Amino acid sequence: MFTGLMTDTWIAATIVAIIAGAVGFFTVLRGSAFAAHAIPNGAFAGAAGAWLIGLNPIIGLATFAVGASLAIASSRRARLDVVTALALVMMLGLGAFFFALSNEYASEIYSLLFGEVFGVAGSDLLPIAGLGLITIAILTLLFRPLLLSSSMPEVAEASGVRSRWMNVVFLLVMALATTLTVPVVGTLLMFSLMIGPAAAARSLTSRPLLAMAMSVGLALLTVWAGIAIAYESGWPLGFFVGTGGALVYVAARLWAGQRRPARRGHRWPPHDGPRREQPQTTS
Amino acid sequence: MGWLSLLASLPSNEAVRTAVLVGGIAAATSSAVGVFAVIRGQSFAGHALADLAATGGSGAFLLGVNQFWGFVAVAVGAAGFMEAAGVERRRGRDVATGIVQGAGLGLAALFLYLAAQTTTRTGATFTVLFGSMFTIDPSGIPPLLGAGSVALSTILVLSRVLLLSALSPELATVRGVPVRAVSISYLIVLAMSVALSAVAIGAVLSTALLVGPAATALRVARGPIQAMAAAVAIAVGATWLGIVLAYVSYAWPPLGHGWPVSFFVVTLVVLPYALTHMFRRPRPRALSTAQSSASVPQP
Amino acid sequence: MAGAFTPAEELVRLDQVSVRLDGREVLRSVSLVIGPGEFIGLIGPNGAGKTTIIRAILGLVPISRGSLVIEGGTRRRRDRSFGYVPQKLVIDPDAPLRVRDVVSLGLDGHRLGFPLPSRARRELIRETLASVGADRYADARIGELSGGEQQRVLIAHALIARPRLLLLDEPLANLDLRSEQSVVSLLARLVREQRISVLISAHDMNPLVPVMDRIVYVAGGRAASGRAEEVVRSDVLTELYGHHVDVIRVHDRILVVASPGVEEHTTTQPAELSVIGRAGA
Repeated sequence: MFTGLMTDTWIAATIVAIIAGAVGFFTVLRGSAFAAHAIPNGAFAGAAGAWLIGLNPIIGLATFAVGASLAIASSRRARLDVVTALALVMMLGLGAFFFALSNEYASEIYSLLFGEVFGVAGSDLLPIAGLGLITIAILTLLFRPLLLSSSMPEVAEASGVRSRWMNVVFLLVMALATTLTVPVVGTLLMFSLMIGPAAAARSLTSRPLLAMAMSVGLALLTVWAGIAIAYESGWPLGFFVGTGGALVYVAARLWAGQRRPARRGHRWPPHDGPRREQPQTTS
Repeated sequence: MGWLSLLASLPSNEAVRTAVLVGGIAAATSSAVGVFAVIRGQSFAGHALADLAATGGSGAFLLGVNQFWGFVAVAVGAAGFMEAAGVERRRGRDVATGIVQGAGLGLAALFLYLAAQTTTRTGATFTVLFGSMFTIDPSGIPPLLGAGSVALSTILVLSRVLLLSALSPELATVRGVPVRAVSISYLIVLAMSVALSAVAIGAVLSTALLVGPAATALRVARGPIQAMAAAVAIAVGATWLGIVLAYVSYAWPPLGHGWPVSFFVVTLVVLPYALTHMFRRPRPRALSTAQSSASVPQP
Repeated sequence: MAGAFTPAEELVRLDQVSVRLDGREVLRSVSLVIGPGEFIGLIGPNGAGKTTIIRAILGLVPISRGSLVIEGGTRRRRDRSFGYVPQKLVIDPDAPLRVRDVVSLGLDGHRLGFPLPSRARRELIRETLASVGADRYADARIGELSGGEQQRVLIAHALIARPRLLLLDEPLANLDLRSEQSVVSLLARLVREQRISVLISAHDMNPLVPVMDRIVYVAGGRAASGRAEEVVRSDVLTELYGHHVDVIRVHDRILVVASPGVEEHTTTQPAELSVIGRAGA
């Protein structure tokens, strides 16, 4: 399980989990879950297209992921969900089209959609590590402005942080993360690796930096456990990543649910007025 | 064989007739239901149901039963779960939806893997996720027809109530509308229409028929009933044209590969929406303000 | 009043400023000067243009006509010398952000890289929180606090960078009477002790009357400014609204009331301007 080819698998999966955990922290904070789902699907079309014309799928992944994130960044907020949904199905449809025209086998579609961690070659490691470093560098540099514009966009604007640019940069980071995670966990499941651990982390701690670190830690846990069980059972890794992400989240919520009510009720003297109501949004 | 002679043989082709029928039902139901999905800001929920339907479809494939039942069973179950989990709090709904969706897709991955191991039928991944309208078994049509008409009539009966509760749940409650029951029946109808579209153009693409025609119609139509009519017309038109194009595409390069129907349908659905953005800047009217305030995602 | 400060002292000068948003003129020839250590109330009904004035000063909306001079022209906008507390900020209760994180973002939220932990920094955050009376909940999640508590934290967030001017947009809306009074006296103390200028918008002027140096009354995109007794007069406000309004003083409270019959021949929203101020109290 830890020899030869599998070493590459472990390294690749570790990088992927770190990226997904870190990017996922901001994804959940910004409420961009839908974008995190749509961009990898856009990338699917890119990979299929690259296959059709005989290019390295990574190039197709990167091009289409960046295209999809720029398209989402340029659309108006009010119609964002419709535009995202349509961009997403258009890309998936295009991917299906490319696949139908090329002579790839069904297993290629399968691995692109659901991941193929055991197929990581040693030569893939360098680009994955490189892109991973760039992603982490950007997130480190922009940690504070991103935190500010994600949680309080109006305040961020007034202190000179352009929320619009932060949004563009963040979506590009997501495109980068997509490019390097999709070959390992697949287009459909990269999303659950990004959302599950990050959402779990924030019900465990209130400290932003710690939440990000825990998000990375839980993503690593999910992926490592997934690989080990997948290796032993022969079942696809995607299954373990998808269900593992959900499990981590449910476990964290249950654990937090047990401690939270005590904290909420008694800590602050009640004289400071009623809790502010959430704005009434129709649903 | 040239594409013109292919076109001439189209009406006599059994598979095409089935596709036209099933595609038509799926398109009409999804687009009518989709009008409310867009007004209520539930595009993401609709898409999550579609992805979950893939789990059911792949499970059905594994067991060897009709995929439609797999789509319906899982989508309806998931809709009930989402309603139970998300009705009282909007915040965190996207995260919860996404996590359920991820777990479902994980299961789909497992089912498809096992199907590839244990059955001799190939192409399960492609059929379940992206559909193949020309291979629908004609014997499965009656349940599809039944499901479609139930969903359509429910949505017509509930249309005014749905509109009111989309504008303001409080207002609807004050008027004596059982908001919760309406919301649950709506989600079940949504799940059924997603299942129908999943049979026609594939599980992950069914969002196209749900959201595309409805979004286009809401930009051009004056009232909700007109919007529903326009959405149905766009969806059915796109589906039928897509079938014809896919059929004649066997004569297009590269030879020997038909272009997938789903690709045509999705393109023909997205195109009009893009066009309404290019040629028309809508001024806020009563309806369009309602829909934009309803669909703003939680910041 | 415009001559009260030398141009070098002025923090903000708006001269005949107009702002168009989506083709509609939301501000028309508004003039306003803010000097050091002033407590100014920006008063007017909902939709009058108060938020637009604040956003224009912050450089968040472009000015279509007129001129805006910041600190005698020595500074450019967007340079963080002004603190800002926006209206109706809703923070996700699930967001992993403690009160101290929010305040620390006010210090250097625009900087690159992670914040380096340091004793001086911790001490500054503690001091700032103490100065607004929010040190008790420094480690609580911001989204779980009440409206009044969040308001204090956001004021601390704006204060920690030592701004010369604090702009607050409707900070008293959604607060109960007690929190409202404590936020007003907190602001008055900051003006007195730290010589910070405060521009605060509100649709009800009464809680601010005891502490305001000056009032800027906004209605229908136009503004009149001066001391409260100079501006809140029937003739001045009638001119501003474009139809007759009465100013009534009852038990130290000021009410601005539209005359009967105004509804029939006015195009502005009569309901909003009929009574400004809370009945009772």
